[in-house]
Amino acid sequence: MMLFEKQLGGLLLLVGRAIAQRHLSVTGSCSAIQKMTRVRVVDNSPLGNTPYHRPPRCIHVYNKSGVGKVGDKILLAIKGEKRKALIVGHRMPGPSMSPRFDSNNVVLIEDNGNPIGTRIKIPIPTSLRAREGEFSKVLAIARRFV
Amino acid sequence: MAACRRRLQVQLFSGFRLNWSLHSSSRFLSIGDDEPSQFQPPPKPVIVNKMVQSSQRKFLSPEFIPPRSRKDPFKYYLERIDMVARRKLLNIPEFYVGSILAVTMSDPHASGKVNKFVGICTQRSGKGLGATFVLRNIIEGQGVEIRYDMYSPRIQEIQVLKLEKRLDDDLMYLRDALPEYSTFDFNMKPVIHPVNEEIPVNQLKVKMKPRPWSKRWERPKYKVQGIKFELYLTKEKLEEAKKWAMPWLEFDMLKEYDTTKIEERIWKEINPKLGK
Repeated sequence: MMLFEKQLGGLLLLVGRAIAQRHLSVTGSCSAIQKMTRVRVVDNSPLGNTPYHRPPRCIHVYNKSGVGKVGDKILLAIKGEKRKALIVGHRMPGPSMSPRFDSNNVVLIEDNGNPIGTRIKIPIPTSLRAREGEFSKVLAIARRFV
Repeated sequence: MAACRRRLQVQLFSGFRLNWSLHSSSRFLSIGDDEPSQFQPPPKPVIVNKMVQSSQRKFLSPEFIPPRSRKDPFKYYLERIDMVARRKLLNIPEFYVGSILAVTMSDPHASGKVNKFVGICTQRSGKGLGATFVLRNIIEGQGVEIRYDMYSPRIQEIQVLKLEKRLDDDLMYLRDALPEYSTFDFNMKPVIHPVNEEIPVNQLKVKMKPRPWSKRWERPKYKVQGIKFELYLTKEKLEEAKKWAMPWLEFDMLKEYDTTKIEERIWKEINPKLGK
């Protein structure tokens, strides 16, 4: 009986989530990565991939302009923790002939620059390779470049 | 090259004429007397090479036509000289918004120093040397767009994989469409388009993601034909969107810009240079 109830509860939750996705209005994602921008974690680290009721948000950008671009480091509020991350793609159009992505992608890194995950699932821009020395460990876990 | 092409055309024409005359003479003979006439060899088939990519159609790339502005036309003339010089080195084929292209560009950071991208052309913009086009594709579930400068020296090759048009001249709404409409295989084989044939118009109407979209595509200023709005919007919303229509603008004589004569002139200026 308990098992059945649990299953029913799970089903209801699923249905409820589907309905919520259908009717819940969410603002469009921000083009520029700045403070309070929702971001998408694209590596396979458990911290970035387990669902949580609050999406990860950028709470600081480590550069002078305050607008994060590819290769900038940011501070994330993720699952109630503060973690550093590296931007590997954004919605904002960059210089010409460089890729523009449909989401704001970041890779979680430790304070010393090593990535937390072991794989990056999506393509990342080749312009990151210009700073090979800084991000060599992040580039090593990337699967594909565009 | 052009001279060669012209000679080929002349030969083809002469072949056609010869065939016709043979045909007619045999027919006259058969009508004239009933007894079996001499053996007539069947008309020789004329083999037209459909693999030839260069078209006989008159096509002027839209970036050659200057915008309607008060700038000195001499500026555009100078740019056209540079564009022709670039086109002599790089073959920029005829393509439209909705065609599928493969672009190879040099990239100092890519492996092999060469970066190849395949995608659907969603936008063409810019006039003169600064003309651009946008390619869109979805790679491993991630939408990627690249805006290419058509006359950039970094571009090594532009290849048309599928030549077709869509219902719209701007496909930016593919960002809000389901991912299957902008997913293309990187190893796609080029579909050969027969020369001298009209460009096919793909009448595809895309399915959209649930709203909100990045833009209100139902508004009349976007003139979107490739979405069935009845599926996503109520009648009231559609009526409301029509309020933004400005039907008087098409009667504004100050905004008229007839480019046919300009096209004619530019075609005459460019064609001998491009043909070498």
